[in-house]
Amino acid sequence: MKTAVIVFPGSNRDRDMFHALELITGARPQSVWHTESTLPDVDLVVVPGGFSYGDYLRSGAIAARSPILKDLVAKADSGVSVLGVCNGFQILTEAGLLPGALMRNAGLNFVCKEVLMETVNNATRFSSKFEKGQVWRCPVAHHDGNYFADAETLKQIEDNGQVIFRYANGTNPNGSINDIAGIMNSKGNVLGMMPHPENLVESLNGGLDGRILFESLVEQAA
Amino acid sequence: MKARVIVTLKNGVLDPQGKAIEGALGGLGFNDIDSVRQGKVFDVEVAGTDKDAAKAELEQMCEKLLANTVIENYAIEIA
Repeated sequence: MKTAVIVFPGSNRDRDMFHALELITGARPQSVWHTESTLPDVDLVVVPGGFSYGDYLRSGAIAARSPILKDLVAKADSGVSVLGVCNGFQILTEAGLLPGALMRNAGLNFVCKEVLMETVNNATRFSSKFEKGQVWRCPVAHHDGNYFADAETLKQIEDNGQVIFRYANGTNPNGSINDIAGIMNSKGNVLGMMPHPENLVESLNGGLDGRILFESLVEQAA
Repeated sequence: MKARVIVTLKNGVLDPQGKAIEGALGGLGFNDIDSVRQGKVFDVEVAGTDKDAAKAELEQMCEKLLANTVIENYAIEIA
């Protein structure tokens, strides 16, 4: 599986993502600077975590207007897999690639801890190697992860099975509506999630739960 | 021309920062508060003198960047 990671000023989880992708796919991802105009021909484009533009205006708002986003939208339209993690999720919602918005955590604090995730839809390219209902561990580190969508949008994404991951067993760290931790677009090729699966991919991290997501993608791309 | 853009959260959107400010004001003894909502103000200096054109352009700025219309409303004032 060929991959690329977009890097913005203020991205800081890009190296974690490079490492995880290289470890799991066996190939070094291509790094794409935000001012470039075209993405390479790959199976998966990742928008990594961090604090692009210092979270100025709204988290992800400025990055979502970067030159490279035009081609990201085109690639997403053509069916290429796109994964946004943390700030990447915020950027994808700001760019209109995913519905809803990420707001300040309900408890107002930055949360950096481990949560439990439930895979509620495993019939997707991002989650096919999970069991349906599987509860797994995943780290979170964010200030604006409180997912919000209006009632109509929420009903739509719930009815369409676009909610892939929910925080499980009362571990919702940010007050997100319906405990939503990760959602995909209606076409099923763009996923945004607040937790960091790239940080739980080898035994040094203390667990391998995050691997399952990347292994699902590898299997789909094979 | 001086313009002011005011961005506020839509009704029904939870505002934890507004709630925290509300609580802090209560703690300072300001007890006659029903609620506080936090918003943003942008002061924009616009070139030219055509108010209608400026307003149209500012609306585009709000739609494209200054506001996230999923959760926010905006109002434009031109002096």
